[in-house]
Amino acid sequence: MIAVIDYDAGNLTSVSRALTHIGVENVVTNDADVIAAAERIIFPGVGAAGSAMKSLVRLGLDQVIRQAVAEGKPVLGICLGTQIILGSSRENQTECLGIIDGKVDAFSEVFAARGINGLKIPHMGWNRIQMKTPHPVFAGINESDEFYFVHGFFPQPADPAQVLAKTDYGIEFSSVIGKGNLVATQFHPEKSGRPGLTVLKNFSRWQPC
Amino acid sequence: MLSKRIIPCLDVHAGRTTKGVKFENNVDIGDPVEMARVYYEGGADEIVFYDITASHEKRDIMIDVVRRVAETIFIPFSVGGGIRTLEDMRAVLLAGAEKVSVNSAAVKNPDIISQGAAAFGSQCVVLGMDVKKVEKSDTIPSGYEIVINGGRQYMGMDALAWALEAQALGAGEICLNSIDADGTKDGYELTLTELISTNVDIPVIASGGAGHPSHLNDVLTKGNADAALIASMVHYGAYTISEIKSYLTDQGVRVRQTW
Repeated sequence: MIAVIDYDAGNLTSVSRALTHIGVENVVTNDADVIAAAERIIFPGVGAAGSAMKSLVRLGLDQVIRQAVAEGKPVLGICLGTQIILGSSRENQTECLGIIDGKVDAFSEVFAARGINGLKIPHMGWNRIQMKTPHPVFAGINESDEFYFVHGFFPQPADPAQVLAKTDYGIEFSSVIGKGNLVATQFHPEKSGRPGLTVLKNFSRWQPC
Repeated sequence: MLSKRIIPCLDVHAGRTTKGVKFENNVDIGDPVEMARVYYEGGADEIVFYDITASHEKRDIMIDVVRRVAETIFIPFSVGGGIRTLEDMRAVLLAGAEKVSVNSAAVKNPDIISQGAAAFGSQCVVLGMDVKKVEKSDTIPSGYEIVINGGRQYMGMDALAWALEAQALGAGEICLNSIDADGTKDGYELTLTELISTNVDIPVIASGGAGHPSHLNDVLTKGNADAALIASMVHYGAYTISEIKSYLTDQGVRVRQTW
């Protein structure tokens, strides 16, 4: 059973529908006991970091997520869920979970600082990922496969070893990050067709050592 | 780099897909859920559903279509047509759509854009714009005017000014439809598309006029569009999405090639 964490942050049903489509039992929940009992956890999210963190704290789910990661349970972050795993976000100047050291930066600020013009924000649409480190959750994914992104902010782990894949959009940004039993994608696997469903299927079977 | 998106558009009337020319004479061409599946499996990057059902009672049929589509395809899709309130937006998003597009309702009440963006995030809110070429004037300096009601009603609003206002209000994307080009298969309105796309910071989907793969090449390069909407050229089997993408790849346009 996979628990898809519901913290009032966007379209969670799409993750659940994609899991159901590939035959993976799942529940969308904000119940700490259900999440604690689940075999693995998906931490999705669409929206803004500030309100998402507030919801997590209000529901007491920040501790539940920290504990699941500490226990070694497989955890998959998606999009905003990925960003919130880091220490802080430039979006609404938000203090985040700090499970991975680092920060979340804004394309707008980085583009302005580097004089990059003409790129639309958000980074919305299909793009490739370059794996820096092979990972079981990305088994069967080819270099030409593309994933669906929609975001104005991106994760910057402090430790380069925690960057699993990068994507090119004016700059090279970290599109998959992780450590141990935690893997997190900036793109939406539930909206990325076959390669995305492959990632979800791999995650549903992943046994981190 | 980001791929340019190819987006089939399905006009849905009372639960069936239709296609008209210049917004008139719509004919039934199939089941929208089945067509969405075929396009999903055939390499569509996104799908747009446009509900042209006139009566409010039949809205539930569209919500059911959205729900079934969401169980069938795993790429983004948007729903537009008849979205008037925040509750209309919520119903469509809860049924599983990624984005919702507002058109006439936003012209009449621009606040729906900011309300939608605040409630669901900018990435969910697409501004649909129907545009006609007119004489340049003090009111319409760009020479492109906003029209509603399927092109019948001129609003006295400049298309570029409206695009910039909608962006400021929180629209996450613009779907730009040229009423002059719609259904002609003579190509997109390149001047209009380039004008809007180079002046806003949000992505622009070009719509209206696609009949040949070269039209997509033109609008994605000269027109500077981020995505191209297609309808009749794929609905009746003249081209497959795969053929269009092969053509674009040969022309040097970056598109998603594996799915």
